[in-house]
Amino acid sequence: MMNRDYRKDFPILERNPGVIYFDNAATSQRPKAVTDAVTVFYETANANPLRGLYDWSVAATDRYENARAHVARFIGASSPEEIIFTRNTTESLNLAAFSYGLEHLKAGQEITLSVMEHHSNLLPWQMVTKKTGAKLVWLEPDAEGLLTDAEIESKIGPATALVAIGHVSNVLGVTNPVKKIIDRAHANGAVVVVDGAQAVPHMPVDVGELDADFYAFSGHKMLGPMGIGALYVKKEILSRMQPFLTGGEMIEYVTREEATWAELPHRFEAGTVNAAGAVGLDAAVSYLEDVGFSFVEEREKQLTTRLMKAMEGMSHIRVLGSSDPAKHCGIVTFTLEGVHPHDIASVLNEDGICIRAGHHCAQPLMQFLGVGSTARASLYFYNTEEEVDRFAQKLKGVREVMGYGD
Amino acid sequence: MEIKQLYREIVNDHNLHPSHKGTMTDPTVTLRGVNPSCGDDITLMLKITDGIITDAVFDGSGCAISQASVDMMIDGILGKSREEALDLAGRFMRMIQGTGTDEDFEELDEAAALQDVAHMPARVKCAVLGWHTMEQALEAGDGGSSGG
Repeated sequence: MMNRDYRKDFPILERNPGVIYFDNAATSQRPKAVTDAVTVFYETANANPLRGLYDWSVAATDRYENARAHVARFIGASSPEEIIFTRNTTESLNLAAFSYGLEHLKAGQEITLSVMEHHSNLLPWQMVTKKTGAKLVWLEPDAEGLLTDAEIESKIGPATALVAIGHVSNVLGVTNPVKKIIDRAHANGAVVVVDGAQAVPHMPVDVGELDADFYAFSGHKMLGPMGIGALYVKKEILSRMQPFLTGGEMIEYVTREEATWAELPHRFEAGTVNAAGAVGLDAAVSYLEDVGFSFVEEREKQLTTRLMKAMEGMSHIRVLGSSDPAKHCGIVTFTLEGVHPHDIASVLNEDGICIRAGHHCAQPLMQFLGVGSTARASLYFYNTEEEVDRFAQKLKGVREVMGYGD
Repeated sequence: MEIKQLYREIVNDHNLHPSHKGTMTDPTVTLRGVNPSCGDDITLMLKITDGIITDAVFDGSGCAISQASVDMMIDGILGKSREEALDLAGRFMRMIQGTGTDEDFEELDEAAALQDVAHMPARVKCAVLGWHTMEQALEAGDGGSSGG
């Protein structure tokens, strides 16, 4: 049971008791503490950060840099300079690909990635291979969605220059053995880019302990505002990288012909930054720290277990990935025999239930699993047993709505 | 009409028991239509003789609305000239955009049952896939004009 009613902190949930929001892997809801923090920033400290010499701009700068320091502590970075604020995970991964991948990869080298990758952690590397002549090597999971030691050892070797790996699959919910992959990559002189979009909201992440070289995540999936994300880069690597975007506030000195770059990490944050978003993310991190990951993980496990148990009893349902609810990070992706996932989502929408349907930006995984499109229910700690039960009951009725006898 | 009612009263029958799903050996024009975001993927085959659509089938997979819509469309275009079929497609598009007239609904006949999809933005692409594919097929292929 919840030790306190977190739902009261989320105005959208409070105002819509009839709606079941099970699309948390796409974006979470935000507590009032986060939207308030954004409003307070605009109402009390709004000025362009990092530029002004007057009090408001200094205050805006302080709040922006405090957010960076907090995010750095939250994920175990050794200093705030290793945190670059971006719009989202996609931008973070593109930054890694453009500023590191294009500069450092060469023809003949290999980029190893898994077939589970979200398109955001695939397309940037396709771009790098096309421009550098490096090639892609694929890690494939077993039937339960797990990457075995043998698979890791056979796909990461002396020719590997970079590994791109999702920490948690946005479709299967499986947590990949990132530490093992990083150790193997480092032993072969390769760097590792981790897509942490589905991990940071759900589990404690320590980039230092993982020894990750790059770690990308989004604010909006972890209670923060949309439009703010982060990329952690190990300082030693960051100092060897060229800027991604160029322009305002990322320079040290500019002449008609040349420019030199600002200090880390500002050389990677061209233009006016999303300071209010960073402040909101700061508040989201505080909120998550207050809730605590032991509670988040326990609740997700309880709810996922209840959901998967209910679905096991439905003969036409197939759940993808592990049969162990603890290995799903709250993500339950499924198919319903004879019913297209979009029809499932539309029928459930009429019952006030929000789920995702489609390819989840992971088409190579869909091809690997031999499914065209799937439905996905993704839970977070503020969901409830009652919601799971009502979802299961409504899901049971979908085939009847679609004209089947059972 | 809410969506469950739409499925029960209109869509399910065409989706589960389509009249025009299959293949043909000598189509005048064949065109594949895809909704990449949903995975709806149909192939439309038309046989056009003397400018008249004398046979039409579709194959492929997709959501119930995409499948039912193309099945109803074929009901509506068999025996029609390409101009008449394109005119009907125009009426369908207007209906889905919410600007259809009573005359459009009348001409569309059973396909007019999908008019409530106009209020379901997430499903518009599903409903228009077959119609859009037919428009492209008739405009791209010179099918029929040389058939006679």
